[in-house]
Amino acid sequence: MNCEECHEREASLHFTKIINGEKTEFHICEHCAKEKGEFLPGSNSFSIHQLLSGLLHGDGHVPNTPSSNFIPPSLACEKCGMSYYQFAKIGRFGCDNCYKAFESKLNPIFKRVHGGNTLHAGKIPLRAGSSIQEKKQLQQLKQAMQQYILNEEFEKAAETRDEIREIEQRLQQGRDT
Amino acid sequence: MSLERFISDAISPWMKREGPESDIVLSSRVRLARNLQQFVFPIAADKESAHEVISSISSFIKEENQVPEAEKLEMLMMEELKPIEKRVLVEKHLISPNLAEQAKYGAVLMNDDESVSIMLNEEDHIRIQCLAPGFQLEEVLHKANVIDDFIEKNVDYAFDEQRGYLTSCPTNVGTGLRASVMMHLPALVLTKKMSRIIPAINQLGLAVRGIYGEGTEAQGNIFQISNQMTLGKSEEDIMEDLAGVVMQVIQQEHAARKQLQDGLKLQLEDKLYRSLGTLENSRIIQSKEAAKCLSDVRLGIDLEILPGISKTILNELMILTQPGFLQQYAGEVLTPDERDIRRATLIRERIKLENR
Repeated sequence: MNCEECHEREASLHFTKIINGEKTEFHICEHCAKEKGEFLPGSNSFSIHQLLSGLLHGDGHVPNTPSSNFIPPSLACEKCGMSYYQFAKIGRFGCDNCYKAFESKLNPIFKRVHGGNTLHAGKIPLRAGSSIQEKKQLQQLKQAMQQYILNEEFEKAAETRDEIREIEQRLQQGRDT
Repeated sequence: MSLERFISDAISPWMKREGPESDIVLSSRVRLARNLQQFVFPIAADKESAHEVISSISSFIKEENQVPEAEKLEMLMMEELKPIEKRVLVEKHLISPNLAEQAKYGAVLMNDDESVSIMLNEEDHIRIQCLAPGFQLEEVLHKANVIDDFIEKNVDYAFDEQRGYLTSCPTNVGTGLRASVMMHLPALVLTKKMSRIIPAINQLGLAVRGIYGEGTEAQGNIFQISNQMTLGKSEEDIMEDLAGVVMQVIQQEHAARKQLQDGLKLQLEDKLYRSLGTLENSRIIQSKEAAKCLSDVRLGIDLEILPGISKTILNELMILTQPGFLQQYAGEVLTPDERDIRRATLIRERIKLENR
């Protein structure tokens, strides 16, 4: 395939641009790509935040989207005061609480940015870590207890309940000190 | 100041050591993004809260005086630095352009050999950065983790069980880890393989950029490869994936170098000697041409075509011929035309220092 710019050299770079759902393909040679500049990695002045902002606006701004995607203008973080629209515009959270405030809108964003992932799988801070581990254990025990009740294994359920109480007390004390 | 003295002051001490795979990998870097739970992120912070972030972190770092893996840290406030001084820190990769230009009450903590820098009030409250020469990703991650644990003993991080470390930008949430390697890939560029390798690397969820990060051109055939995803993978997995790709690119570059030497030895020698000639003789040189010639000379050193020149010349001169350093060496603000003259002079003098 020949380059679409110079029609002389062999096209070695192939791009697909998707703007508003419209797909355009480019096939150009390296020489013309260098001259045009915009196709080379890094030479693009488009920042990650502009890209993100486009992505975030995709939700709710497109006409004819289902009403479940509608974002009320009042949706805002109570800790820092940032509204969802501000967040969508600048592509950055204002504080840790924004993650809670915009919780319902975040999974699709994280999925797109992080290759389908929405949950942390890495390091846990040392100090906060011990209580997080216990909370996880607590969840597991509660599930087990429900299962025992369903199976009518009431003795085991009672044992599990005692274990849960113990951990809950420990967590409560940790918070008080 | 003599040129030798200027160079020895200008180059970060960690850069003078030689690391593994250093014929291709110039340096390895890890950055961890962290925020304090107590305060809103820098983008939403007012004066008072930004100040408090700095004082709460600098207080215990000063008190302890001995940060593991970093020893003594010196703190620089952005508002107290001259524009040229900030530019020099950016050119040494010790601070980001964002911290230099935009941060409200930005600051940086650095250690003596400049292998550790902790930026405060950049996009996030804390950005721990560790650098090492050559291919040493595991070592820099270990170092950053030790410093991270040390800081965490003294403050409460913004952390969520589901989302991990909470960051201002959604692209950093989770591990807050950005790992990158700086690679010199002249043979892959010369053999036109790079344009095919870049999209392949991108498909694996890694980014390929120029020497000064986001939005910069690949000057002097130097490429930075880094992870994009921070959520849903452990730190170790992120590093393993990156290291695996880097190893492959190293092999490809070796193969391309061999291909050039076997097939086009004379043409290659001609090109490399011409570039050396340009650097030895020009009186006016733009940064782009300088970078290209320096890359050729470095390739000539690695392939033992150009003997008697030290390996560090590319790393050194790529940094020293940046606008900030040229102006610092000149001791005055220079126009672009004046910089091109200074750059040519500096390069000629630097090459004369070699014992050939």
